[in-house]
Amino acid sequence: MTKTYTDHKGRPIIVVSGYGVVTSLGRGVKDNWTALIAGKSGITKVNRFSTEGLRTVIAGTVNFMQPEEVSAPGISFAMADATTQEALTMANFDNGSFPGPLYFAAPPVELEWQHRFAIMDDNKDSDVAGYDALLAAARVKKYQKTHDLVQLGTIAFRLAEKYGTKGLPISLSTACASGATALQQGIEAIRRGDTQAALCVASDGSVTAEGLIRFSLLSALTTANETPSKASKPFSKDRDGFVMAEGSAALVLETLEHATARGANILGVIRGVGEKADSFHRTRTSPDGAPVIEAVKAGLEDAGITDNSVDYINAHGTSTPENDRMEYNNLKAVFGEKIHSIPISSNKSMIGHTLTAGGAVEAVFSLLTMREGVIPPTINYENPDPEIPLDVVPNVKRDADVATVLSNSFGFGGQNACLVFGRDVA
Amino acid sequence: MTTDNSRMQREVWITGIGFVSCLGEGADLNWQKLSADKAPEPVIDCDKIAPYCIHPIPELDWSTQIPRRGDVRQMENWQRLGTYTAGLALEDAGIKDNMDLCSTMDLVVAAGGGERDIETDNNIMALAIGNNDREHLVLERLSNDLRPTLFLAQLSNLLAGNISIVHKVTGSSRTYMGEETAGVTAIENAVSRIQAGQSTHLLVGGSYHADRPDAIVPHELGHFIFSGMKKGEGGFAGINERQSGDGGMALGSVGAFLVLEDAEHARARGATPYAKLSGVASDLGSRSDDEATKARLTDIIAKLGAKEAGADRVISGASGVCGITDLEFDVLRETLGNDIAIRAHGTQIGQPLEANFPAGVALAALALKNGGFYPPFEEVEKPAGSPPSSILVTTISHGPGEGMALLEKA
Repeated sequence: MTKTYTDHKGRPIIVVSGYGVVTSLGRGVKDNWTALIAGKSGITKVNRFSTEGLRTVIAGTVNFMQPEEVSAPGISFAMADATTQEALTMANFDNGSFPGPLYFAAPPVELEWQHRFAIMDDNKDSDVAGYDALLAAARVKKYQKTHDLVQLGTIAFRLAEKYGTKGLPISLSTACASGATALQQGIEAIRRGDTQAALCVASDGSVTAEGLIRFSLLSALTTANETPSKASKPFSKDRDGFVMAEGSAALVLETLEHATARGANILGVIRGVGEKADSFHRTRTSPDGAPVIEAVKAGLEDAGITDNSVDYINAHGTSTPENDRMEYNNLKAVFGEKIHSIPISSNKSMIGHTLTAGGAVEAVFSLLTMREGVIPPTINYENPDPEIPLDVVPNVKRDADVATVLSNSFGFGGQNACLVFGRDVA
Repeated sequence: MTTDNSRMQREVWITGIGFVSCLGEGADLNWQKLSADKAPEPVIDCDKIAPYCIHPIPELDWSTQIPRRGDVRQMENWQRLGTYTAGLALEDAGIKDNMDLCSTMDLVVAAGGGERDIETDNNIMALAIGNNDREHLVLERLSNDLRPTLFLAQLSNLLAGNISIVHKVTGSSRTYMGEETAGVTAIENAVSRIQAGQSTHLLVGGSYHADRPDAIVPHELGHFIFSGMKKGEGGFAGINERQSGDGGMALGSVGAFLVLEDAEHARARGATPYAKLSGVASDLGSRSDDEATKARLTDIIAKLGAKEAGADRVISGASGVCGITDLEFDVLRETLGNDIAIRAHGTQIGQPLEANFPAGVALAALALKNGGFYPPFEEVEKPAGSPPSSILVTTISHGPGEGMALLEKA
């Protein structure tokens, strides 16, 4: 391996040669990017199911796919399939045989109410009720399709089979950091020398009534239902929770050497990743922010860059009171006063929080930011929080020369993962 | 993917085991019971969710590993069992409460989804009979009846989260999913990271709580659960015996966690190994063609060099599902010899899905350390001879995906 193919630590340089994305803004990179830099919101009142009486009735749902079944696993697979197809086509790997493993950030799937009721109704004459009735019905009739849909490994198995990835795929979850973790797994596998290429996919189509209720019960969601497009307002003084959303992203990672050898179009560089778990609380970060600070520092160190050369930060920026304050404080602890002059924006102001998919969706947007030289805005920034004096690229996109991006992802369960992307190979 | 033996690799040792099964608590106790001259009577409950038999959680005092009552309250039994067992593994490895080691220790957990609120679900299903507005019913009841923090007991990665909170393991934290393959990929990835120098010490494992109807339903929808030699008639049978009937899985409550360590790291701190984890290999392919499935399993055994290492016994995670169970045993006999001593641990501890592979690796490591083996769990299983020097561990998933590990005496 010649020197130009390795990074500052002698590891293979990892590039992205294909990506695909679906969010409430649309299907595909082009439609998403156009809407994103136009400052459009994908958040609407939920119409897929009744939200009568719920505290939060808005979300960033994806309603334009044709899933085989309208359910969290059905929608999640349809989106993952679409973004994988887009990424592999772009990377010129679209022949049903991808030369590496699949890392899939998997959404929480389980039997849904529609399934329970359907099975129950098949056994109307039963003298038992509830789960006993479901089991009695299942003993006499096989529900193969429903079974397959609600297994946690199914989406990855189906993607692996369809696109010919190598070996046993990994389905993973680090809650709202899952998308970043999928990329991290690919990065580590390539650095180990296990593979020259990795397919990293994340998908989440789990906006269901029960999903909304669960997050509402944790007081995590905004209740600003009146004007859905204005509900997600990261870094604003009146922010009051995140907006649940659906989406998927897929990225093709490969070594620079491998990409060069096959003449692939290089879309950006993955320079580093940092991680640190937090032991403070199930949903909150340590008051001193130490784990987040460590994760950011580890990402920068892994990338071999000083804080001076980060041109833009793609924030986790969920629009919850706690996240945005802690993200600012911890970035300030890393970057010092300089943080006030680094542009930072939250894609979630437009697409909401795509949960499992967030880190991967935002990775695609980070790479596009560098390639296009345009920073997507933080929309709905009308009432700045004076305690978070950041340059959030308020409301309108900005042309900028961006060569290095830091992208943050934080999740329940003390999950913190930070990725560093570069525009240029050298 | 498999580990590439051509590169410089660090040796991986198992230096701690946490193990809880229906037989009781602790790696030693499980070893003693399972390695006695005669295999123990299976511990099963065939009444509670009849006609299904499940292997229950033994009586445990959660507070011995999860001291804060608030932490215990925040979890459901799946998480409690995993957090508890993780504590046992750390204790066994001499790492527990060592903040320097815990804060740099990597964590990989194999997990499914958590328990649902059975009472609330059953109530909704009862009220839904003859109800024309079920959507409204669900919204109203869930909003009012769910415990606000129950969601945190259901999220897959919150077992890892709880282990970080209770035991302060915070180097990194990843959760793998996908039924039995979750355990395979978790250990395979953990071994790869240590072999490549990406991690020096790592806690990996999983837990499963079987004693709940919401766990059985998703699998019974595909007719994968054992409910008697003839489907629905009830009663218990071992993994092999089931093959002459309708087969299937009897779910088992298990917590199985391992401390894996770079041998040099372990030596430097004076830790002794149970065994060397020489390699893990896995694959995925269609199960519709038996010959192709056999070829994949044969390849995995070859990749691990099990025959060359002299593996003359197998800890099998066979599910009991008809077809694939006998296919696995056939391949093992064809590749490793007709007299291979196979122990299907499902007969004793049930099918713990995500924890299946970690449990198998733990049982193999215990045998290697103790220089013994397990008696046949069923009559058809062949006796084993002299102390083992290498053991093959299999988890051939009841659904897609298969993996194996080779353990050798350290």
